Amino acid sequence: MKRHLLSAGDLTRADAELVLQTAEELRSLADRPIKKLPALRGRTVVNLFFEDSTRTRISFEAAAKRLSADVINFSAKGSSLSKGESLKDTSLTLEAMGADAVVVRHWASGAPHLLANAGWSRSSVVNAGDGTHEHPTQALLDAFTMWRHLGSLDGRRVAIVGDVLHSRVARSNALLLKTLGAEVTLVAPPTLLPVGVEGWDVETSYDIDAVLPKADVVMMLRVQRERMNAAYFPTVREYSRRYGLDGRRMDTLQDHTIVMHPGPMIRGMEITADVADSHRSVIVEQVTNGVAVRMAVLYLLLGGSEPALSLEASGEEEGR
Amino acid sequence: MSTTYVVTGARILGGEPADLVIEDGVIAEIISTGSIHRSTSSTTRGAGASRAGAEVVDADGLVALPGLVDLHTHLREPGREDAETVETGTRAAALGGFTAVHAMANTDPVADTAGVVEQVWRLGREAGNCDVFPVGAVTVGLAGERLAELGAMADSAARVRVFSDDGKCVSDAVLMRRALEYVKAFDGVIAQHAQEPRLTEDAQMNEGELSGRLGLRGWPAVAEEAVIARDCLLAAHVGSRLHVCHVSTAGSVEILRWAKAKGWNVTAEVCPHHLLLTDDLAATYDPIYKVNPPLRSAADVQALREGLADGTIDAVATDHAPHPHEDKDCEWQAAAFGMLGLETALSVVQQTMVDAGLLDWAGVAERMSVKPARIGRLADHGRPLAEGEPANVVLYDPSYSRVVDGTELASLSRNTPYVGRELPGRVVATFLRGTPTVLDGKQA
Repeated sequence: MKRHLLSAGDLTRADAELVLQTAEELRSLADRPIKKLPALRGRTVVNLFFEDSTRTRISFEAAAKRLSADVINFSAKGSSLSKGESLKDTSLTLEAMGADAVVVRHWASGAPHLLANAGWSRSSVVNAGDGTHEHPTQALLDAFTMWRHLGSLDGRRVAIVGDVLHSRVARSNALLLKTLGAEVTLVAPPTLLPVGVEGWDVETSYDIDAVLPKADVVMMLRVQRERMNAAYFPTVREYSRRYGLDGRRMDTLQDHTIVMHPGPMIRGMEITADVADSHRSVIVEQVTNGVAVRMAVLYLLLGGSEPALSLEASGEEEGR
Repeated sequence: MSTTYVVTGARILGGEPADLVIEDGVIAEIISTGSIHRSTSSTTRGAGASRAGAEVVDADGLVALPGLVDLHTHLREPGREDAETVETGTRAAALGGFTAVHAMANTDPVADTAGVVEQVWRLGREAGNCDVFPVGAVTVGLAGERLAELGAMADSAARVRVFSDDGKCVSDAVLMRRALEYVKAFDGVIAQHAQEPRLTEDAQMNEGELSGRLGLRGWPAVAEEAVIARDCLLAAHVGSRLHVCHVSTAGSVEILRWAKAKGWNVTAEVCPHHLLLTDDLAATYDPIYKVNPPLRSAADVQALREGLADGTIDAVATDHAPHPHEDKDCEWQAAAFGMLGLETALSVVQQTMVDAGLLDWAGVAERMSVKPARIGRLADHGRPLAEGEPANVVLYDPSYSRVVDGTELASLSRNTPYVGRELPGRVVATFLRGTPTVLDGKQA
């Protein structure tokens, strides 16, 4: 694996499978009374958040702590308009404090790329979501969740439905799922599909009802109400009617098909409560898997080449 | 009395070698030397020998062009003297072969009154590196709401003829129409920054497949083309002169070709960076490549080169836009738009147009001096290199090659996108009304 995780497109199939396998090993920890490994003892992981995201931050925090890393949470609010400390100075500060890995969430697309490549710091950089660009660990945890339910993703059909235009989750998933052999269909009103999406090597559709019966996975994306003010769609009601996943639509799915959502959900907008709480929904499981996948990513980026559990000091013979 | 210069062996517009005698601010004499004569004897210099006390400038192998004229320069003074001053910006201009620059109005305060344009004009005179012709704002404070005192700026000592809200588009159709009409009284021209504002809110780069992948808000070609089409129609309707700034798309070239075929009084400029660089550079997320209008596709670049070659695009203009380091050493979205251009313009034009076989040196002179001077209504610039004409001359060595490193630039800022690139050519000397502003490639 490379030293940074900036884009899901950086991962080869072997890289991605290594992350999933490592996550599978680490996930077993969650079922133990003591959920901690010494793998990253003495290493420092900084969660650098330029944008609020409690869920992602605590997921990374839990992941780093379960690997015994020291965790520093650094919340640097501010936008281009409010001239706060620059990304460069923040990065130099973290470098001076000896951060081994920087997990960065930023409102600007490409900010993690800049952190990794500007020569300001030697830390490994993990993109925890940048602007409308990418969110590679979300894609990994989504793939991990699919993999646990469906086995190999080769030839599996994944429908990603919603605000693709503004979604970093959709971009990372499209890249990673292709790498893992799945067939992706992006479903959205034409206003919420990016210009040039034809070049993404994915299918696109404006018609959710045509896509659902064939899908093995349906991933619903969050749609902000405010988008209707910019004329992306007329009203919330019309959006829900045309693109929302409700009980009636859920009935058209195949028996094994799972329903996912990266959260936070807006119940009644893109997904109804009965779907979100149904037996098909793996939304809560995604959260659990998020910690395992982020443990795997941190472990592998910070130099782990042996199977993770063999580092366990206790000597339990579980590492494979 | 000023020094007399004898420039020996210069190839005027790339033609046969000749000696130029520069005296009292004009080209006093041109003596053809012939290539055979020069290669056999370097001591027999027809003109040079006859002028006692004259300073000889050896221009063997150099191309002589009329002093370049830039229609689009940001000198940043007043207001952003941390990025550039009139003194440093005009020094950069002279080193780039320019004898005249048009200083854009988006300063602080905005150049929307006679007072500000006269200040900039006077600073230019004091610096003495090249002539500075201030551009007046079309609307008060560039706010796009009401006309600035265009007549007062035209009548001022700065005698403004080019008006532009550059950086912002005069998007209101009525305001644009009135401005086009109003400046007819003093033979002015509106230089439009063509950018439909609603289509480009928070736009970061060319809209295309890459912007979607990178998650950077797209700046669609239609936002430029729609405004150009509208303005051409408006200019034709009211019988006015329109100039289009920094044309960046193939579609714009097509619209301009159509407007010109109709015989409408429309001119246009293209920037060197749009002739060379493409939008895929945005994938680096390095804001050094962030510029407005944005870098476009390779097909656009090709169309712009062809448009410049066939005269659809009249002029090359730099859009020299200095920014301090911290405004470029940050997130793409937070970074300022713009790149330096004065000191690399001629090299980029050589590479993209001359070396590519699309233009000869006469064509370069036409597009970097003659036409822009005519658009700006400058009497003493863009003149032929002939006896009796003002001695605004640049001597250029097209055989030279350099790797740009950025630190050698005279501009106060360093935001050149060409660092590490090999560019051809070098300005050896620049004369402004007979006085060298650059000699041996250095400030004189």
